[in-house]
Order: sequence, then C-alpha cells, then structure tokens
Amino acid sequence: MTTSAVHPPGERLEPAHPSWPDATGHFGVFGGRFVPEALIAALDELTEAYRAMRVDPAFIEEFAALQRDYTGRPSPITEVPGFAEHAGGARIWLKREDLNHTGSHKINNVLGQALLTRRIGKRRVIAETGAGQHGVATATAAALMGLSCTIYMGEEDTRRQALNVARMRLLGAEVVPVTTGSRTLKDAINEAFRDWVTNVETTNYVFGTVAGPHPFPEMVRDFQRVIGDEARAQVLERVGRLPDAVLACVGGGSNAIGIFTAFVPDDGVRLVGLEAGGDGVGSGRHAATITGGTPGVLHGARSYLLQDENGQTVESHSISAGLDYPGVGPEHSHLHDIGRAEYRPVTDAEAMEAFALLCRTEGIIPAIESAHALAGAITLGKELGPDALLLVNLSGRGDKDVETASRWFGLGDREHVEPGAGMDTDQQPIEGAVTSGDAVAGQDAGESA
Amino acid sequence: MSRLQDTIAGARAEGRSALVAYLPVGYPDVDRSIAAMVAAVEGGADVVEVGVPYSDPGMDGPVIQQAVDPAVRAGVGMRDVLRAVQAVAAAGAVPVVMSYWNPVERYGVDRFAADLAAAGGAGAITPDLIPDEAGPWLAASEAAHLDRVFLVAPSSTDARLAATAAACRGFVYAASTMGVTGTRATVGDAAEKLVARTRAVTDLPVCVGLGVSNGDQAAEVASFADGVIVGSAYVRELLEGRGADGVRRLSEDLAAGVRRPVTVP
Ligand SMILES: Cc1ncc(COP(=O)(O)O)c(C=O)c1O
Repeated sequence: MTTSAVHPPGERLEPAHPSWPDATGHFGVFGGRFVPEALIAALDELTEAYRAMRVDPAFIEEFAALQRDYTGRPSPITEVPGFAEHAGGARIWLKREDLNHTGSHKINNVLGQALLTRRIGKRRVIAETGAGQHGVATATAAALMGLSCTIYMGEEDTRRQALNVARMRLLGAEVVPVTTGSRTLKDAINEAFRDWVTNVETTNYVFGTVAGPHPFPEMVRDFQRVIGDEARAQVLERVGRLPDAVLACVGGGSNAIGIFTAFVPDDGVRLVGLEAGGDGVGSGRHAATITGGTPGVLHGARSYLLQDENGQTVESHSISAGLDYPGVGPEHSHLHDIGRAEYRPVTDAEAMEAFALLCRTEGIIPAIESAHALAGAITLGKELGPDALLLVNLSGRGDKDVETASRWFGLGDREHVEPGAGMDTDQQPIEGAVTSGDAVAGQDAGESA
Repeated sequence: MSRLQDTIAGARAEGRSALVAYLPVGYPDVDRSIAAMVAAVEGGADVVEVGVPYSDPGMDGPVIQQAVDPAVRAGVGMRDVLRAVQAVAAAGAVPVVMSYWNPVERYGVDRFAADLAAAGGAGAITPDLIPDEAGPWLAASEAAHLDRVFLVAPSSTDARLAATAAACRGFVYAASTMGVTGTRATVGDAAEKLVARTRAVTDLPVCVGLGVSNGDQAAEVASFADGVIVGSAYVRELLEGRGADGVRRLSEDLAAGVRRPVTVP
C-alpha cells in the first residue's frame, strides 16, 4: 500500500483496516459499552448518526473545508537534525500538530464531533479536559458553531493549566472545577458522564480521546487518523521511504491512534506509544497504564487500567496533565496484546529533558505531553543508530506549560532570569537541570505548578 | 426460583409494595455500615441493596459519593461485602449486592457468584453492566442460582426494554432520571410511564429508584411500582450523624408509606 499524495483531510474517515472494532465496538476482548442503560439510546443515536455522516459527501466537504481553512491542515512535517544529534544520530521528523489552530491535535476530533452535534440537533456540548487542550478545542468549536459549552476539569489541573482555563472562559465556555477523587482527568470524566446522564436529551458529550464507550474509540480514531494519513504520504514524498518507527505519547491515546492508524498495515513500521512514567513505574507514582496496569473496566470500556486488588482505580501521577490518566483506549490495549504496537514508559525527568532539548536545539517549545514522545525518540534513536528514520507526533505546543516548565527548571518567580538558568547553556540540558536526583524536586514542580 | 421475586410477590399479596433499602458497605466503617443495614431491616426494609464501594461511581450523586469515597480509601473489599450480606440475611431480609462491574470482574465473576450464593445473597444489581456485555455474569448467575437485576431507563427503546427484562431475574430496576426532589408530578409521570412500558414486556416485578426520601413519596411510588428503592435518603442519615437509629426511623416512615399507596391525581 503506497500513497503518493497527501489525502485531502476528511477523505478517508472509513478505516483502511476494518478488522476492528466489531459492530458493537470491540477491539478483540477490549472496548464495548459498560455504561448505565440511560446512556444507551444516546450512544446508539451517536453511532448511527456518525455512520451516516462519515459517508455523506456534504459532511466530508464541510469537514475538509474546516480542517483546511480553520485548523490549518495539512500540518507540516519538520526534520529536526539538531535534536537528532542527541538521539544517536537517527533521522527524526516531527509531525507538527502543535501548529494547528488551538495548539494541538485535539481540534481534529472536536470539529468532527461538533458537526455531529449539529446534525443530531443538540444545542449544548459538554467535555472533560486534562491539560485543557481538549477543553479549549471544544470551547472553540462551540463558539464557532453557536453551541453552549460546559467543560469539566479537575481542580488540580485548573491550577497547573491555568492558561487554558482562561482561554476556555474567553471563548464563552463554563469551566467547572471538579473536586472529587484525585481532582484530575479521571474525575472530570466521571462528572461529565453524570452531567450527560442527567441532561442527555439536550446535550452531546464531546469525548476527547479514543477511550470511553462505543462509538467514541472508533469515532475519535477516525477523526484523528488524518494525522497519520498525511504524515505517511509526507514522509514518503520527502524521504522516499517509510519510517522505521512512529512514536507518540499516550494518555487516552488519541494522538497516538491518529498517527498509528495509517501505518498499521505496514508491517515493517514499529508503532511505539510512550506512556507517562511519572516518578518511575517501580515507584507506583505513574500513569503508564499498559506498562503497569491490568485489564478491567473503566469509563465505559474494557481496557488496561491502573487498579488495586479490589478493582478500585488507582490514582495516576504525571507532570503532564494530559497524560495523567489511569486508563487507556481499548484499541491500544488490543494493539499491545496482538503485538502490533509497543508501549514504553517515560519518566517526568526524561520528558522534561527532551522538552528542554527541543527548545534549545530546534526553537520549538513542545507540550509536556508531546515531550514524552520526544524522550522515547531519544532512547529509540540510540537503540537503532544513525540509519534509523523516526517519525514523532508533536501533538501540541507548550505555551500552556511554561509555568510548569519554569518551575521545573528553576526559571520562574525571579525578577531577572539568568539566560538558561537551570538548563545547560551548552544546548545540552541533559546533565544540567534534570539529573535523576531532581526527580523529587520535579515532583514538587508538577504538583505546585 | 427467585428469592427477590418471591419476596416482592409476598408484599404484593399483603396489598403493598416492597421497601428496598440501599446502603454502601464501609461507611462510616464496615461494622457500623452493617449495623445500619440491620437497622434498616428492623425498621421494615424487605430487601437490602448491599453497596460495593467503587472509586468511580458514575451513576451516583454527591450524597452517595461522599459516603463511598472514604470506604474506598479504607480498602473495603468483597470480603466485607460478603460479611454484610450474611448479616442482612441473618436479620431476616433479602440481601442483593449492588456493584459497578469492575470490582466484580476483578474479584472473578464465577468466584463472586459462588461466594455470594454461599453467603446467602439473592443476587446482584449491576448498574453499569448491560445484558449485551454480560455473557460471563449470565452464565455464572445461572450456575449459582442467583438473581440478576439490570436497569431500564425512560430512554430505553421498546426493543431494549424487552431484551433487558428478558435477561433479568428477580425484578427489573426502573431508573427514572431524577430531576430535583420535590417536583413530584413530573418525576412521577416519567417513572410511572416507564413502569407501564416495562410491565407491557415482562411479568417480573418492577421496582423504581428515583430519589424517594420520605414516606409520602414512597406511598406515591408504591401506587404504581412493585418495589420502592431508597438510597440517598438512607445514606444521608449516616452522613448527618444520626446513625443506625436514624436509619431505623427512616425505614419505619418508608415502610408505612409503602403500605398506604395513594392514587396520584
Ligand atoms: C498536546 C497533547 N498531547 C497529548 C495529549 C494526550 O491525549 P491523547 O493520548 O488522547 O492524545 C493531550 C491531552 O490533553 C494533549 O494536550
């Protein structure tokens, strides 16, 4: 299967590898629907409307126009040789989802679901958000399409991603800080589901990742697969061959599925998901769901999750709000179990090291989420050597993270910031700010930011 | 044979509805939660829903969350739940476990069914498990002769109502989405309509849970349902410190309510 030109966005919503999910949303043994009966009618309505919409030429055209004129697709790919010097000399290309309107891949999915909301005649949308990127994207689409919008966000995350809270409010959304449980993404999802059960007649739930009950994992994948469809064609065009590995960070897994999907049939291409390793998987304080979890049911689907012996969800930990989630999308669990994709943990410290490196070597400030994928590329590049060609999904930009990063590197709260304070000024922040001994300090940065 | 169906039919034979009390295991601690369940039975509950605490109770409002959260943190597990089941059975009511699905799956579906039956439990209510996904539970409950209760909702299509009721044994749980407590006419309308639609597709008893908090509301629901399910109101007795005595008094009020069904104009 070769592709010589970039697909017009939206052209290929129907999966190229239709072997999963099945008609009721199962990816192997994962997925399905574990929700109150009260939501089944709404999920059925969404499934039917989505299946009709994705083959409707009018929708395809409108979606493509929005992606082109509003989001700015196709996003470019950028080779990063300066960064790659620190990754064993492998050739590394970034897929620039950070350049999308609103600053991440989340907008791809949201525009699709907002059009679907309009199609089923609902006037109100709700969403959960962790890093705030999905909340900002949803608030943006709601403003564009005249929908009323409520965003649930863990109180902890409203603090560490305060910039995005302000953005959502400027866009006219109501932001509800969630104070139950761990006060992060998991609890925001619980609150959003409670809202949906209560207001399902008027309200559509715009889910932000490839998790949740059927049809969300399938639908969000289809809206995100434009990332990989474009990138595959772009790499073939620019480099003349397929990459050896495609890397992406995995929270719920939408940017990763988005870039993986086009490559799933390409057996020679390794698919590598980078999970948030927090303080290290051995420490128990992490969000590496596939690496450190077991199969179970959470938020409406069967998948890997972090749970204790009683089946209670264990709180996750990550410096990255967008990856701080104890579950993962069912398609990733399936790709893991059949051996088609591999999942590796990246610690907070490793991610921040890669974050600093990209800033200094390439002039690109990545989202901390995306920095996990960059850290994975450093490790894999060293493993594979200079002949390797790696494609990394840069899922978002780091504006929202400057506060957290400044604290991590000791740059914040000072009147005169020394150039490069806390970072190695020799463009090698690897040994400078972020030694393993800083993991604890970094922990504080994550929690207090 | 179904213990839940027999019990509810027995209440019907007395010209009343059954009173079904929900309380979670482990709040304020395991012993006192069991004492509260026993008090609910002493006050007149026919059936006790023994709640398994769960970290992500997506269907529960703030009252039940507040009680369940500390129980989860304290590590309350299935062993404690089974002890509560035994205590309710010993007190003379029918215990039925109420659990989100993951704790059951984690414990092991077959093991759960066997241990529940051995403890004297009648079966389980599974609020986030639909019959479509319930294959292993249908088989395990069959093998252990346990009742299994699935939920129906006002938004369920007639086809789903029929299929869900067909998968139930014991009773069908009509979950009428609760608006604000007190707007009785509207709430009663939605619930009553759902009960009527459910009766059209099954001979099983239909019990209603919609935020009933006192005897008068119980009487109103009893006018159209075979059983009145009360949860948050019981939990509030514990949250507000009235303990087992408060629970007993509430049960007495509700038990009187289900014995004087009113006709809603
Ligand atoms: C930039 C960015 N990347 C990745 C993620 C993680 O989500 P997912 O795994 O669904 O791509 C987020 C979530 O907020 C994000 O903002």
